[in-house]
Amino acid sequence: MDRRKALRKAFPDLAAGAIFVGFGLAFALQSLTYDVGTPFRMGPGFFPLLLGGVLTLLGAIIVASGFNAEREGLSGAVPWRGLLLISVALLFFGLTVRGLGVVPSLFVTTSLAGLASVRVRPLTAVAIAAGLTATSVVVFIVALQLRLPLFGPWIPF
Amino acid sequence: MDLFGNLGLGIETALLPENLLYCFIGVVLGTAVGVLPGIGPTATMALLLPITFQFASPVSALIMLAGIYYGAQYGGSTTAILINLPGESSAAVTAIDGHEMALKGRAGAALATAALGSFFAGTVATLILALFAPPLARAALQFGPPEYFSLVVLGLIASVALARGSTLKALAMIVLGLLLGTIGQDLNTAVPRFTFGVRELFSGINFVSLAVGLFGVAEILRNLEGERTREVVVKTVTNLWPTRDDFRRMTAPILRGTAIGSALGVLPGGGHILSSFSSYSVEKRISKRKDEFGHGAIEGVAGPESANNAAAQTSFIPLLTLGLPAHPVMALMVGAFIIQGITPGPNVINAEPALFWGLIVSMWVGNLFLVLLNLPLIGLWVKMLAIPYKVLFPAIIAFAAVGTFSIGLNPYDIFAIAFFGVVGYFLVKFGAEPAPLLLGFVLAPLLEQNMRRALTISRGDPLIFIESPISAVLMGLAIVALILAVLPAIRRRRDEVFKEDED
Repeated sequence: MDRRKALRKAFPDLAAGAIFVGFGLAFALQSLTYDVGTPFRMGPGFFPLLLGGVLTLLGAIIVASGFNAEREGLSGAVPWRGLLLISVALLFFGLTVRGLGVVPSLFVTTSLAGLASVRVRPLTAVAIAAGLTATSVVVFIVALQLRLPLFGPWIPF
Repeated sequence: MDLFGNLGLGIETALLPENLLYCFIGVVLGTAVGVLPGIGPTATMALLLPITFQFASPVSALIMLAGIYYGAQYGGSTTAILINLPGESSAAVTAIDGHEMALKGRAGAALATAALGSFFAGTVATLILALFAPPLARAALQFGPPEYFSLVVLGLIASVALARGSTLKALAMIVLGLLLGTIGQDLNTAVPRFTFGVRELFSGINFVSLAVGLFGVAEILRNLEGERTREVVVKTVTNLWPTRDDFRRMTAPILRGTAIGSALGVLPGGGHILSSFSSYSVEKRISKRKDEFGHGAIEGVAGPESANNAAAQTSFIPLLTLGLPAHPVMALMVGAFIIQGITPGPNVINAEPALFWGLIVSMWVGNLFLVLLNLPLIGLWVKMLAIPYKVLFPAIIAFAAVGTFSIGLNPYDIFAIAFFGVVGYFLVKFGAEPAPLLLGFVLAPLLEQNMRRALTISRGDPLIFIESPISAVLMGLAIVALILAVLPAIRRRRDEVFKEDED
């Protein structure tokens, strides 16, 4: 029981440390595929390799220090639904804005984003999305004169 | 040219009708977005940055951006006072007594105090900026690669020393930021690094994507954790003008706050945050009415707000003279400068005198607009607070997506927002603040280039960093800052200063 409690307390440090170690190792290993060179004539891999090593080390220290931390564990549950919907919404926009054009692409994106909140009903989300799409068109295309197609080549009319 | 000649040039530039207009638009937009709950100045700046890229003239774009910055700061204070929901930690102090004043029906006086204090502090700090920036820039021109390398190291480490929370995690965030900054083509050899063969990544990660993801999307996810309705307690604000007694009580705190803020704002890292916390604790310590603090003491609004605004202004000093951003908002300014084709640093003052002095004078103009605008328009800002969150966060996503896409028409910039939003959310959840990451990201090229050049000069001997006296002093300061940040006794004191906000 005590072990579980200690683990709960240490979790933020363990998780943060693990993220840092992961990034550090990934950058360091990838750097090795570039020319590292010498300090006198540094190759493109030198600086990232050095930093990747430092980040891995810092991550490891953070993991190690997690076990004597005296603080509360995590607060608040991860909003998985929001996380997923907002990521998908942004990915959708990136993938389709050129093909579909701003209006359809942004409408779907804002609808998905709206649904990220557990309190929003689908119809409300769609209504908000319609309003936001119209507002964005006015702000970005009419007022700021951005050259983005309202409807893209994927829409046959 | 002397100070007056320079300021004359600045006035000439800032008062051009178009620049006045952009300054005005910037202040209004900044306030409007900054007032929205849950969006701090950094997110506001990141969201509105793409708009300024549409202008042809760099001076107008940067003037507008600076206007957005003060507007966002002031908007944040308004939100803090009216609904006790500070967007960023510098406004957290204002919320303590400002919100109490609002609950007692004195929201108008609190807002007016914040506006007047900010205006006074902004005026003084602008003068300080005009006085101290030129000599500092001249000194910085003597810097060679080793000195610059050490300076950037000092800046990064000092930003950790002043940040709140875990020092180790902040250091790791800086290094992660530096690594992310190396993505894209290597400047010396043109070898694409960490691009996985994706052409769109050759120019590196877009800093707007990074900022919008870290400060905008991650914050939305935090808010979705515990959804609750916010209550706007103050529906209408009346009695704007402070009473005679209020004026008497706010004068000294404003003066002290201005002094504290001007001094601390120059420091890298959380100088502006630290300044409002310090000002609050100073006012509380020397006040004869200690028991009023936390229950609506006007000194607790006047001091920190002045300190905050003075620091906001003087934090332009390291940016304009050394090219070193003091905090995340300044990091965004660096990005904006670079997109406009100007490298921020000691050369700006000589190469672009109209831009330099125009920007400085427009800061004062912007502060004047804030006072003139905000007091009459307060009713409008109160209405903005009533926008429900279910409309607000899809709007942030829409704005982030279209705005960021408009910069480079690059879909990967949008993917990057999603990626950094999710990664940033988890990092913040695990106790790592996002600000150092953004600073590291922006400074990565400067650090790497100067390290390479310095070591080429010394034929690979790292001792060059301590053989040059200036570089040695800077390195020594960096080490001292690091030790201070890690030392338990100092940490406790620092935490005490920051703790005021949780009481």
